[in-house]
Amino acid sequence: MTATDFHTVLPEVLLALYAMAALLACVYAGKDALTGVVTWATAGVFVALAAYIGFAGEGANLAFGGMFIDDAFSRFAKVVILLSSAGVLVMAQDYMARNDMGRFEYPILIALAVVGMMFMVSAGDLMLMYLGLELQSLALYVVAAMRRDSVKSTEAGLKYFVLGSLSSGLLLYGASLVYGYAGTTLFSGILTTLDAAHLGLVIGLVFLIAGMAFKVSAAPFHMWTPDVYEGAPTPVTAFFATAPKAAAMAMIARVLFDAFGAIPAQWGQVLAALAVVSMFLGATAAIGQRDIKRLMAYSSIAHMGYALVGLATGTAEGVQAMLIYMAIYVTMNLGTFAFIMSLEKDGKPISDIDSLNMFSKREPLKALAVLILMFSLAGVPPMLGFFGKFYVLKAAVDAGMTWLALAGAVASVIGAFYYLRIVFFMYFGRDTEGASSRMAPVQWLMLVAVAAVMLLGVVNLFGIEGVAAAAAAALVG
Amino acid sequence: MVGLEHYLVVAAALFVIGIFGIFLNRKNIIVILMSIELMLLAVNIQFIAFSSYHGDLVGQLFSIFILTVAAAEAAIGLAILVVFFRNRGTIDVEDVNVMKG
Repeated sequence: MTATDFHTVLPEVLLALYAMAALLACVYAGKDALTGVVTWATAGVFVALAAYIGFAGEGANLAFGGMFIDDAFSRFAKVVILLSSAGVLVMAQDYMARNDMGRFEYPILIALAVVGMMFMVSAGDLMLMYLGLELQSLALYVVAAMRRDSVKSTEAGLKYFVLGSLSSGLLLYGASLVYGYAGTTLFSGILTTLDAAHLGLVIGLVFLIAGMAFKVSAAPFHMWTPDVYEGAPTPVTAFFATAPKAAAMAMIARVLFDAFGAIPAQWGQVLAALAVVSMFLGATAAIGQRDIKRLMAYSSIAHMGYALVGLATGTAEGVQAMLIYMAIYVTMNLGTFAFIMSLEKDGKPISDIDSLNMFSKREPLKALAVLILMFSLAGVPPMLGFFGKFYVLKAAVDAGMTWLALAGAVASVIGAFYYLRIVFFMYFGRDTEGASSRMAPVQWLMLVAVAAVMLLGVVNLFGIEGVAAAAAAALVG
Repeated sequence: MVGLEHYLVVAAALFVIGIFGIFLNRKNIIVILMSIELMLLAVNIQFIAFSSYHGDLVGQLFSIFILTVAAAEAAIGLAILVVFFRNRGTIDVEDVNVMKG
């Protein structure tokens, strides 16, 4: 019994032990001596665990009395989380070393955040969900403020901390109401009490959704996103935009389907409203931005809106669309941030959109790769980003929510404007002295590889469709 | 006789005071940290009230976990506040404004 339980949570336990061992080793070796080694080692551990989870995982296993669920859905989310975190780590290493930020705490805090995320997506109980969420959040508050001597970075950390704690409070209040009216914190237990759906339970559900919407930065709970994205160091922003978003989205799906799957009409409406507001706010508010990191913040708000459209349908097809969308979104962001990280002027990192003027003249290949990425983010066919949106909107139409799909299509047309403006600056901008782009080989490889994936994925989406379908079937069942 | 409802009302009142403390407070970031703590403690009261009402230990277990996490959260919040103070020389809420938002 206990042995099989521990075998089920083996990847998480190993990663937590690794983080502690690495911390000890780094402290023992003295100030930042091992930073480079630990960064690569952590990325290696992530990839190894992703391979282990992806290839060795089978069936649906419950551990610790149903508190921990290891099924196709959680495995899909974990592989996305681990691979994207590894990607961020290796491409950030050069940036960190050059900008005097090569602290050994960064990879270790990322490893701890990833442990938290893995528990979040596997949670079968409100308690485990909360603890996973907090393990992730606490590590992220610290990395946001990692640049201790920068006013912007510490302010970003402070804002993220205050609003993140507020959202945890809302989530907990919802959890306590659900516990009170259902009499249990197990998702499977909550599901069986839903027949006598009490008003208190629904209020608790609304609080839970509000708390989780903060974590995925869905409007109207998005206030922290632009400031934190702008203020945090670029590698940290790159991390915020990828793994935690995928994890929080998977956690929402897990809670809603496993614990509240019997009343999809109740939460479907709430999610649909969040999705519409996010899509339109993300599309319109980004238009006036001059800072590319701020722009990416609004872009991620809009993308979360599309992913929520998939969930709002409440069908297996919608969950499948959401998973495909998140995988594509995370990949696109890895490439985009590899590029943003490389921008600099006089040896200082910059993130001004105007500095991209006539970038194509200086770096034709990189400009082409960014062009592909921007088209993909905007959802222009035949890039992969289009297929993400297509699956989501198709799921909405199939579930009889045509108005939601229409709203999504309109918002994506509005949103295309600011992505295309970046391309415009790069190819037809004024001829001013702009930024240069200095890339480590890893960053270059990441940018070009992601751009290639955006084009080549058209053939069969790299077979992700079937895997996502199996994952969605495991969740919705 | 003090029943379940009384505890729930107290918890809800404390929780709302906590939320208002975060949004209406224009003075000091320390007050925000205290408001966050107040919210978490209100949730604890609610958990323990439900736990005793149901005769089920899980709620009390949950509240112990919340206490632990709240302690870690306060430590991290204060640490971030200290580095912020070193950079800006102030912890007034109105001075957290380098970035618009």
